Amino acid sequence: MHSDKASLGLRLAAWGGLVFLHFPILIIFIYAFNTEDAAFSFPPQGFTLKWISVAFSRPDVLESIKLSLQVACMATLIALVLGTLASAALYRRSFFGKESISLMLILPIALPGIITGIALLSAFKRLGIEPGVFTIVVGHATFCVVIVYNNVIARLRRTSQSLIEASMDLGADGWQTFRFIVLPNLGSALLAGGMLAFALSFDEIIVTTFTAGHERTLPIWLLNQLSRPRDVPVTNVVAMLVMLVTMLPILGAYYLTRGGESVAGSGK
Amino acid sequence: MSLTLDKQAPAQSDSVLRRFSNLLYRRPNLYLALLLVPPLIWFGAIYLGSLLTLLWQGFYTFDDFTMAVTPELTLANFAALFNPSNFDIILRTLGMAITVSLASAVVAFPIAYYMARYTSGKTKAFFYIAVMMPMWASYIVKAYAWTLLLAKGGVAQWFVQQLNLEPVLHVILGIPGIGGSTLSTSHLGRFLVFVYIWLPFMILPIQASLERLPPSLLQASADLGAKPRQTFMQVILPLSVPGIAAGSIFTFSLTLGDFIVPQLIGPPGYFIGSMVYAQQGAIGNMPMAAAFTLVPIVLIAIYLSIVKRLGAFDAL
Amino acid sequence: MTLAVQFTHVSRLFGEVKAVDRVSIDIQDGEFFSMLGPSGSGKTTCLRLIAGFEQPSAGSIRIHGVEAAGLPPYQRDVNTVFQDYALFPHMNVLDNVAYGLKVKGVSKTERHARAEEALAMVALSGYGARKPVQLSGGQRQRVALARALVNRPRVLLLDEPLGALDLKLREQMQSELKKLQRQLGITFIFVTHDQTEALSMSDRVAVFNRGRIEQVDTPRNLYMQPATTFVAEFVGTSNVVRGELAQQLNGSSLPFSIRPEHIRFGDGPLAGHEVQVSGLLHDIQYQGSATRYELMLDSGQTLAVSQANNQWQTQALTYQPGQRLTARWAREAMTALQETALHEGQ
Repeated sequence: MHSDKASLGLRLAAWGGLVFLHFPILIIFIYAFNTEDAAFSFPPQGFTLKWISVAFSRPDVLESIKLSLQVACMATLIALVLGTLASAALYRRSFFGKESISLMLILPIALPGIITGIALLSAFKRLGIEPGVFTIVVGHATFCVVIVYNNVIARLRRTSQSLIEASMDLGADGWQTFRFIVLPNLGSALLAGGMLAFALSFDEIIVTTFTAGHERTLPIWLLNQLSRPRDVPVTNVVAMLVMLVTMLPILGAYYLTRGGESVAGSGK
Repeated sequence: MSLTLDKQAPAQSDSVLRRFSNLLYRRPNLYLALLLVPPLIWFGAIYLGSLLTLLWQGFYTFDDFTMAVTPELTLANFAALFNPSNFDIILRTLGMAITVSLASAVVAFPIAYYMARYTSGKTKAFFYIAVMMPMWASYIVKAYAWTLLLAKGGVAQWFVQQLNLEPVLHVILGIPGIGGSTLSTSHLGRFLVFVYIWLPFMILPIQASLERLPPSLLQASADLGAKPRQTFMQVILPLSVPGIAAGSIFTFSLTLGDFIVPQLIGPPGYFIGSMVYAQQGAIGNMPMAAAFTLVPIVLIAIYLSIVKRLGAFDAL
Repeated sequence: MTLAVQFTHVSRLFGEVKAVDRVSIDIQDGEFFSMLGPSGSGKTTCLRLIAGFEQPSAGSIRIHGVEAAGLPPYQRDVNTVFQDYALFPHMNVLDNVAYGLKVKGVSKTERHARAEEALAMVALSGYGARKPVQLSGGQRQRVALARALVNRPRVLLLDEPLGALDLKLREQMQSELKKLQRQLGITFIFVTHDQTEALSMSDRVAVFNRGRIEQVDTPRNLYMQPATTFVAEFVGTSNVVRGELAQQLNGSSLPFSIRPEHIRFGDGPLAGHEVQVSGLLHDIQYQGSATRYELMLDSGQTLAVSQANNQWQTQALTYQPGQRLTARWAREAMTALQETALHEGQ
């Protein structure tokens, strides 16, 4: 086997790659505290927290934050229910059409978002449904299901079938087994899946562009700011906020699903 | 329930839940059906229904003068895809998707290789999170960050000035097909942003495929007399092809359908995504937009059939 | 005496595969009954049929006289000790043991008291607060046992419960299980692929092969009077002699079995009740308590002979490979066997 230490070139490429991945994110955090109010100029001139309070006193920003949170919560809830049902149905038994169903679940994130977006829009139009909060939630839930599904089915596959059999053997019926055995074992997987779904929904822009109508989620608000570059500092603060909301769940999900052990709640 | 006594157990066994449990136990197909019905309704009716509605609309007629859509079936929209101007859009998008995939693979490979072969324990976890976080971090904010980076007087320009590389930048921006008047309006800028945004999607599958290589394989290769470079070229690289192919599914398909990045960075001129967006929005020609959405679907289907042969699906 | 479990022509099909093929067994109440067979022989499926994890494709299963078909596991008066123990990882040991009582609605104080009792029975008092991951393999096995017994089942099913333990621990658990079964007086149905385990613990053993039962008998009869060629070869080691040689030695065209330890080497006049064959010594294996010889008979068949090393002095090894030897045994030591038929499609 080759030497244990990587060559200098490889180490540079690997660590350089990480810097490349994180530098633009760092820039967002730097600009959010920039004193200057006009431009993209670099290096920043000074440090201030002023823009944070400015951003949070803007009604349009608050409105968008509220809407995004609402949408993400509802979409996550739907995705949790549908994703769990689908994974419970698909993880063990094989039946005709199983492959097609799992393909169908993946399709909304496998196909470019623009296709999902415009398809939903045209269907809503045909049905005479006015685009709004409801249509945004429907779109988000559709592509969030697969995130929950993946997390839950991975956990179910790792959960020994004999645990369920042991529970039934000891006198628990299907419902009791679900409540005392399956649910506590799925707990952290559901939480991780839910957090990821929430992050995905909170950040989604491509499908939302089509299904939002006149509503403005936070990403849409951001996009609008970009094509009309007024109040850059507020935009920077909102950008940092969105960045945080989407990045932190990945940390949480990582720690929740690592090793797949340590499950909360012994069902007292 | 902690207060109930042993004697009450029979009563409990007649409860509605217990009877329902018994029913489901005896009829596993009913149980399966109950689980499947809600997701199937959601995906079958809402998602697939919408997709079919959309594709069906591609056959409708759009009247250029009245700007009205009539349900008269025609193939004109699909034929129009082959107009020189439309075909240009398709080629431009396809070209970008392919170059972005190739470049991502080149940039991603050393990171993935280092992760898989030279890190363990805490460092591996660090790398893993350090790749996952930018992947999940907001797409729109990442795109926005690049508009800040590439803007006139922005970060990139500052670095170029500090390093006295302005002449080099001028030469690069002068190359037709790559350059543009400034970084943020150049093809190069747009390409950079695409590579940046989809890079993590390429790193993780490659890393996973390298991780699966048993160390004994490399030892065997060395034992049989291969030099490290030969081992790399003859063993490691071929065996990581499925991972690269799997990663390229993401980079290819995501670039193909994107319409935000082309709108924010790079020279004017439509991408497939922005064309669809413009057709359904500003122009109001839903049939043409529907016809255009068929292009990425077909291209992705073709691409999937190619990478499937490279074993991409086993590496997903 | 009532029957604890009764199988009547039970079959279980998985698609085209007959995992269990027209099996009939009567298991007595209070019996230590083992199901022995190689993997895939249908023994575990039979256990799962009793537990209710599988439903029979045909035939009837009665548990204490009650038809079990269609009854879910939670409505059967049997409990199972699983091969992988199946302890609930999110509950501590006490909650694991008390689980069966909890889902039946037993009050918290009572179920904890009874769980403690059950833990004491398997010598794990004081371990209640631990999580399953903090226990050794042997301790987990005991928890699984306590968890099944706390429900006071009339039949306890054990699915290769000792398979994951090392040899010393396994032998210790074997005698403890046997003792426990005698104390409790309930039926134990024990699935194993280990024939010494089955022989040493059971009142009776059913030998499974390809979904069917070859023989149900006491350990001693199983060993001394195997009914079929499969049983003779699976339970202990045996020389199965077939064809012309069988005719010549046993006076019957049926194959017969002769155990290696019932054969001796000898010259001189043959006793009236003895038969003999001769062959070339082919291989010698020293095995500690015994030495095993392999003889190549003139008919081409090999014959295994085992001689106990029961003198404390080192026996001079007078036999050399290639040497011609005569092997002799008593006529009564031979057992005529039914040839185990190969199933259709195998």
